[in-house]
Formats: sequence, structure tokens, C-alpha cells
Amino acid sequence: MQSIKLVPVLPVSIDLLRSLCAPLEAEYRLPVRVDAAHAFDSECAFDVSRGQCNSSVVLAELLRLFPGHDGKLLAITSVDLFIPVLTFVFGEAQLNDLAAVASGCRLREEFYGMASDEGLFRERVLKEAVHELGHTFGLLHCRDFNCVMHSSTSVDEVDIKGAHLCAQCAAAVPGRRL
Amino acid sequence: MADTKRQQSILIVDDEFIVRTSLSKWFAQDGYKTAAAEDAIHALKMMDAGPWDVIILDIKMPGMDGLELLKKLREIDTSAQIIMATAFASVESAVQALKDGAFDYVTKPIDPDHLSHLVSNAIRQKMLSNENTLLHQHISETAVSSEIVGESPQMARVLDLSMTVAKTDTTVMIRGESGTGKELIARTIHANSARRYFPIIPVNCGAVSESLLESELFGHERGAFTSAQYRRKGKFEMADGGTIFLDEIGTISQKMQVELLRVIEAKQFMRVGGSETVHSDFRVICATNRNLEAAIADGSFREDLYYRLNVFSISVPPLRERRVDIPQLAQFFMHKYAAVMNKNVSEITPDTMDILMRYDWPGNVRELENVIERAMVLAVSTSIRTCDMPFQTVPKKEGPADRTLNAVERVHIEEMLKQNNWNISRTAEVLAIDRVTLYNKIEKYGLKKP
Ligand SMILES: [Zn+2]
Ligand SMILES: [Zn+2]
Repeated sequence: MQSIKLVPVLPVSIDLLRSLCAPLEAEYRLPVRVDAAHAFDSECAFDVSRGQCNSSVVLAELLRLFPGHDGKLLAITSVDLFIPVLTFVFGEAQLNDLAAVASGCRLREEFYGMASDEGLFRERVLKEAVHELGHTFGLLHCRDFNCVMHSSTSVDEVDIKGAHLCAQCAAAVPGRRL
Repeated sequence: MADTKRQQSILIVDDEFIVRTSLSKWFAQDGYKTAAAEDAIHALKMMDAGPWDVIILDIKMPGMDGLELLKKLREIDTSAQIIMATAFASVESAVQALKDGAFDYVTKPIDPDHLSHLVSNAIRQKMLSNENTLLHQHISETAVSSEIVGESPQMARVLDLSMTVAKTDTTVMIRGESGTGKELIARTIHANSARRYFPIIPVNCGAVSESLLESELFGHERGAFTSAQYRRKGKFEMADGGTIFLDEIGTISQKMQVELLRVIEAKQFMRVGGSETVHSDFRVICATNRNLEAAIADGSFREDLYYRLNVFSISVPPLRERRVDIPQLAQFFMHKYAAVMNKNVSEITPDTMDILMRYDWPGNVRELENVIERAMVLAVSTSIRTCDMPFQTVPKKEGPADRTLNAVERVHIEEMLKQNNWNISRTAEVLAIDRVTLYNKIEKYGLKKP
């Protein structure tokens, strides 16, 4: 049976990962579990010169830990991620493949000097989790501004889009039971 | 979204393997067709596989450098938009690149937000200069949100006005009590306008504190206030190309009213703590449940701003003035929550519907939705029953559920017949009509002696 495995990349709140299970199950109609036993430290992907973690290295570590997992793997972390050519990324995913990673770092209001808003933060993390997993199911960015697969490169754009797949994207997820 | 546009293409020219692969992957998620070349020779070869909409070109490469290659590429394809990338911000070479026809330049590592918008702007500009563009192919079908439910003449009128004004770029003011669905109307106008390919940005002016509203609307620069470590875009900037929806416009302070008037007129502003002028091409739709005319009279709302905003006004009627829409709305929300909650509830019993029809709905459609949602949680059978209602014991109104003259007449005649024990002559006398008319009306309304 296919499943979605959520893997904590420390430091990150395990409770945050747990809160994602039910909504992700509702979105993808697959069992979602937090694998706290296999949590690993973001240290392995840390780039000293940039003070951020290389998201591609996190993906590689994920694949090393769970070779041939039946389903999808999503790493969640609170550290800032980058790919070498860009200043940062909210997350990275293997298109139509196994693994993805998402970071909560830039999804916090505090990051922008605003007052903390835990509810808004969790909403954003969920959107990014659904979004990156969507890529692993082969979904590309969607033109529908309400669709969670709409591209968002700033936190404001994360806020504009909805938390769910639009009908067309949902229909394009292979094997998604109705 | 279904769109029959040709897949847009990006060629990445960079000597670094990691840059080529990571950018290719990143753009592939946007649905672009991508290819990469490691140097000038390969890049020139790749031109046969074009045309490329955008070429991202590294300035510093071994062999022929980016600036030289830029000129060659421009000779081969004048319409490709070329974005130069450089590891070091070298103003000189950047200026030279722009002179030689580059679209823009970026420094590595590249801000993803900047890159993403730069590329879409480059493509938009390329399309605008091309006759057969996507932007010119205005789709003629109308898009109405499935949440706008109702066949009452009042709602038909609202939709009619919305469609009319959607075709223009006029500022719209939507009025109506809270919960009547003003935002849905705003979204409908946007979705049917030429700005539909750009976002509609909602701002609830009443929900944001006065001190934050300015930063929310105009954005702020890094260091604008002590804790602001990163630049943040404001809603007006986000709405570029699209629509800004200012909800609860009646709640904003005098100071913000002045600022708002200025930005709406000039279509330009500065971020908080910034000195750079930001231009934004937006349409304004605003909404209010306040009596703004009274607010002008007591001096709490500026008259000049009012006239700026109230160019075209649409009033959304309260639910109690369009009761005929209640059954359809109730059914709509029932089906909506049945799907969300995965519950097999598909009916509303007639006596429950009767309660819904009689209630006055001070919270309008939103209240109706809440009541149905709550009922769906409570429902233990396949139908919503009176025991699932929060107010079944006290129907707010005695009297006809809809207020048409016919409905009122029907209830009144029935009541008079009851009071007179169905004595036709006496009832006709009380009603001041003749007996034939009374019989006709009894037949018309299907009234029956109990
Ligand atoms: Zn994405
Ligand atoms: Zn979509």
C-alpha cells in the first residue's frame, strides 16, 4: 500500500509534522505518517558559506535513508533552504518521483519583522507541503490563482493561493481515489 | 488551467553544471520547455532547436564571453528575450549588455521571486509585440463562481451589473450587509475582466491594525522598522496587472484615506522606509457595509475619496429580501458539506425548509452556510431535520416566507378563512371582495378546508 512519509529534518517541531497528516491525507487520499524515528539533522546539508541548507543534499539524504519507499517522502525543516543558483527556495521536489523537502523558515511572520502568527504559519506550511508533494505526483505549476500548485516565490504569493488542488490538478494526480 | 498556448521555452547558457541543471529543473516545474548549453559553441548550435522565448546567459564564460555571445544570438533571433546573469555585480558589463539589447540582468545567486517575475515579464513583453498573442485572445465565455447561487430577480440584476462593469476598467464599489457575498461578486468581476490572467488581491481593511495597514498595502523595505529584516511586497504591488479588492473600506483612518486617494490617482507609491517609486497597474474594487454618505456627513470619511471609489456601485441585497433563493442556497451548502464531510445527507425536510424560509438571516448567506454546516455535523439520517437547526423553536417571523404580493395574499386569505370557519360569504365580506373572486383565489392558491 502506498503511503506518504513525513520525515523531520532537525531542528523542526514534530508536532508541526503531525498536524499535517490529516489535511495531507484528505488532499491525496493516501495514508500519511510521521517517521520521527528516522529524523535526521540538517547539519548534513548545511553550507557554511551561505548559512543555509542545500535542499538537493537533503533530498539525496532522504533517498539514501528510504531507498525504494512505496509512495512519497516529504522532509520538513525549520532551516532555510537554497539551491546553488538561487538565494533561497521554500522547498524542492523531484518532479514525478519520490522525494520532496519544504522549509518553514521563510513562512514565519517573524522572519519579515511582523508579529508571530502561529495559525498563519501552519496554513503556509500546509500549502507548501501540498505543493511540493504535488510536484512528486508530476504536477506542474498551475495558472489558477486559487490552486495550491500556483507558483509562489514570495510569502505574499503563498498567502494569495488556496490550500487545495484545483479540480484539474486533483484529476491529474495518478491513482487519486475519488 | 486549460490553456491552448504554445509551451514557452527557456535556454540556459552557463559553464557551471549545477547552474544549468538546477535552473532547468526549476523552470520545468513552471511548465517551460528548457534546454541548456555549456558554452558559446553549444549555445549557437542550440539556436537551431529554437526559437527560444527567453535565454538566460552567463556573462563570464571561458572562450567567447557572454557579452560577445549576446550580440551573435541577437543576430540569429531578434525576438528572443535575453537575461544576463553574472556572479559579480559589474555595473559596466550590465550596462553594456542592456545597450546591446539584453532584456535585463540578474546577479547570482538569483532571488527566485525576482527571476520568476522577470521571466514572465519578458515573455509578456514578447507576446505583446507579437500579433498572435495570448493576451489578445480574450475568451468570451463568462465565469461565474459556483458559490453565487440564486435565481431571484435581485441577484440576476447584481450579476448583470457585474458582467457589464467587468468589461470596463472602472472602479467599483460593492455595497451590502455583511455576509451577503460581496467578495464573491468582486471575484466574479475580476474573473470576467481583461485582468483575469493576473491576480485579485483581497485586503480586509477592517482586520488589519492601523499601524500595519500601511505596510500591508504598500510593503516595506528592509530596516523600515526595527524588526523588518527583509523587504516585503505590499498588496498594491502584488496586484500589478490585476485587481485589488479593498473590503470594509469604511473602516480606514483619515490618514490612510489620504494615502489611498493618492495611490489610486497616481498608480505609484513608495514602500514604507523606501525611497524608490513603485509603479503598479491595478484596478480597484472596494466593498463596505457602512453608510458612507452618513460617514461623509459626520466627517469620518473623505468626500473626495468617496467619489473616487463610488464610480460604479453595485448593491447586494440581504438574504431576507430574496428569500426565494434560500432553498437553492441551502441545497448548495448541503451538497458542499456532504462532500467535505463525506456524509450521505441529501435532503432537507419540508418543515426544516419552512424554518429556513421564515428566519430573517441577519448574518445573511454566511449565516445560512454556518447553519447548514452545523446541521450537517449533527445530522444522523440522510436528511437535515428541524432538530438539527439551532433555532427551530422560535421562528423569527410569522407570515409568508417570501414577500411577493401573491404570497402575502395567500397567507392572509387562508388566515381569514380559518377565522371565519371557512364561511365563504362572511370571509368575502371581511376581505371586501365578492364571493366569485374569493373562490377563484381559493382555487388559484390551492387552499383546502381542513
Ligand atoms: Zn513549485
Ligand atoms: Zn491547479
